[in-house]
Amino acid sequence: MDLEPNDVERAIQETARRFAREAVAPVAAENDRLRRFPKDLVRGLGELGLLAVNVPADYGGSEAGPVAYALALEEISAADCATAVTMGVTNMVGETIARYGTEEQKTRCLPRLASGEWLAGAFGLSEPQAGSDPAAMTTRAVRRGPGWVLDGAKQWITSGDVAGVIVVWAKTDPFAGARGVSAFLVEQGTPGLSIGRHEEKLGIRASTTVPLVFEGCEVPDSARLGSVGEGLPIALSALDGGRIGIGAQATGTIRAALEASVRYAKERTTFGRPIAEHQAIAFMLADMATDRDASRLLTLRAAALKGAGEPFTREAAMAKLFSSEAAQRAVAKAIQIHGGYGFTAEFPVERYYRDARVQTIYEGTSEIQRLVIARALLRG
Amino acid sequence: MDIQLTEEQRQVRDLCREFAAKELAPNARRWDADHVFPREAVKQLAAMGLMGVAVPPEWGGAGMDNVSYAVAMEEISRGCAGTGVIMSVSNSLYCDPLVKYGTDAQKKEFLSPYASGEKLGAFALTEPQSGSDAAEMRTVAVRRGDEYVIDGTKNFITNGPQADTILVFLMTDKAKKHKGISAFLVPTDARGFSRGKPDDKVGIRASGSCSLFFEGCAVPARFRLGEEGDGFKIAMTTLDGGRIGIAAQALGIARAALEEAVAYAKDRKAFGQPISQLQAIQFMLADMATELDAARLLTLRAATLKDRGVRHSTESAMAKLFASEMSERVTSKAIQIHGGYGYVKDYDVERHWRDSRITEIYEGTSEIQRLVISAGVLKG
Repeated sequence: MDLEPNDVERAIQETARRFAREAVAPVAAENDRLRRFPKDLVRGLGELGLLAVNVPADYGGSEAGPVAYALALEEISAADCATAVTMGVTNMVGETIARYGTEEQKTRCLPRLASGEWLAGAFGLSEPQAGSDPAAMTTRAVRRGPGWVLDGAKQWITSGDVAGVIVVWAKTDPFAGARGVSAFLVEQGTPGLSIGRHEEKLGIRASTTVPLVFEGCEVPDSARLGSVGEGLPIALSALDGGRIGIGAQATGTIRAALEASVRYAKERTTFGRPIAEHQAIAFMLADMATDRDASRLLTLRAAALKGAGEPFTREAAMAKLFSSEAAQRAVAKAIQIHGGYGFTAEFPVERYYRDARVQTIYEGTSEIQRLVIARALLRG
Repeated sequence: MDIQLTEEQRQVRDLCREFAAKELAPNARRWDADHVFPREAVKQLAAMGLMGVAVPPEWGGAGMDNVSYAVAMEEISRGCAGTGVIMSVSNSLYCDPLVKYGTDAQKKEFLSPYASGEKLGAFALTEPQSGSDAAEMRTVAVRRGDEYVIDGTKNFITNGPQADTILVFLMTDKAKKHKGISAFLVPTDARGFSRGKPDDKVGIRASGSCSLFFEGCAVPARFRLGEEGDGFKIAMTTLDGGRIGIAAQALGIARAALEEAVAYAKDRKAFGQPISQLQAIQFMLADMATELDAARLLTLRAATLKDRGVRHSTESAMAKLFASEMSERVTSKAIQIHGGYGYVKDYDVERHWRDSRITEIYEGTSEIQRLVISAGVLKG
């Protein structure tokens, strides 16, 4: 057992840390306020190899493994969760194509995703009436001639408007339940695909979230990712990896909340001394730090198992569940420590508080994670 | 980064798991009820090398690493938490400081027979009026020629009723406060030494603890461990290791509760189905398993740092804080899942709950751990 990152992992982490500090953190508050998608940052991430950390080098990826990915994502998240979620989804889409794509799909999509030439990849699974229960989706893909025609609507699609390619899940056999779903790679600008109004979100406001509408949207059969009917297993396996990403994001959030709180608690004085010297405050800091480390360890464990080719579904669910809930505790404490100042945009903790909130929801709610964990536990 | 246990660590785990299931778990309820010290089981632990797991073989130990120690502690405590603490005190609180600070002569006399388990050691820091605040201790030693004469009282000393030698912390220079503390090896057949009756405890009742009385108790100067004034440092670095052992003990207690809760939930029916099919129960189980894994990772991380010879005060404190509080929550939920049966002694979960309670108190209360962690966070 060795819990230290290796040299490659450390190098990626350092690269991400420097970029987060120098490029991401200085613009995060303004991007949030203006709801401005950070195009330049995304291109910067692409140049540093951070948009395809765990994608083979033959296709433009960094091929540095899931642990490096988790470490890098934590660094970016500690500066800005909106940039991090954009990076996270692109990585997830790239990995999914790398794993299930044909040679042609990989050659076309992966270098463009990795470099940032395509600003993002998007993951089109959720629908207005189907979130936790994806088998209830109603988007249809009907075979017509040599290709498929997609009709339906997708909801909450991160980067849906800026993505060069969207993985879209649709029912190819509405009577086959979970086995009737297939996945398609739909490129931006395909006729019949339209982008809805940007959601006005509580947090991660520099990332974009849109509904997508498919009306007679035709794609060739070569756009199909994996076999017909293999869609849901592909989605679930992608989400296993995605949950490591949210674990890392939440860990970064806790870290940011803690670092801001430590800074403030050392400066602010009450009753004649810095509030950091009051046990009431010090104990909050101790709990935040402990939660941060537990979150990171759970996340890195899942990543290490994934890297070793071991099963990691349950471990990824644990990482996602624990870290995202720990992040809620940490950001609430950070505001408490900042007092009235924490409730204003003068300090970054209100942004962390808003950004953290979605972490217990997207890529599987806490409730779905608990179901995944309980199922594994009761089977084992 | 490698998350897997090594072959040797896995063997230790499997060996201890089997021993705990066969020799400890079936007897633990009786030892608890009768407040019986498991003399035979401790002999068997000794034969397996478990009373000095990380002590070099030349001094009677098994010569393994601290990860193995933590893994073994979890397994033994899973069978019987009282037996776990007997083992932990021998390893962490008695043998470890002797390895680190003992002279060769002291090791020969006071380490080898103890690491091999032929004799039993104890650690005496706490006093009736001095627990978390060790510098307030009142036990003193006065130098008289080649001897020190000790006067005072120690309290709650685990293994005290059975110990052959006790590592005692006391004041050699009261004016210097914690810098006036020194450590002594006191054989329990020394003149002027006596013990109180064993404490009647809430939990871990297979282990014994008692008060120790020193009345003009003379020991040779060569029984002093380290220099005069080194005592506080010896005690604190020793507890950094001890907290790994207690964290692992808390893991074992919680795992027992979780495993029994899973078995019960599969068996017990309500509303026409096993209660394991109800989300209310599943979600408790999922949270228990997640917290347990987080605590184990924190514990193993601290152990890997100790193995690398890196300072690990903060990490040990995090492991101990999180694991002990986790254990209390998990054992309490296990009772909840068992309903009325959880509240009676026909099942073991009420014992696990009682056993868990002390892990938040001894070897530094949760409050002391939070002070250690916040000091680390504020300095870092």
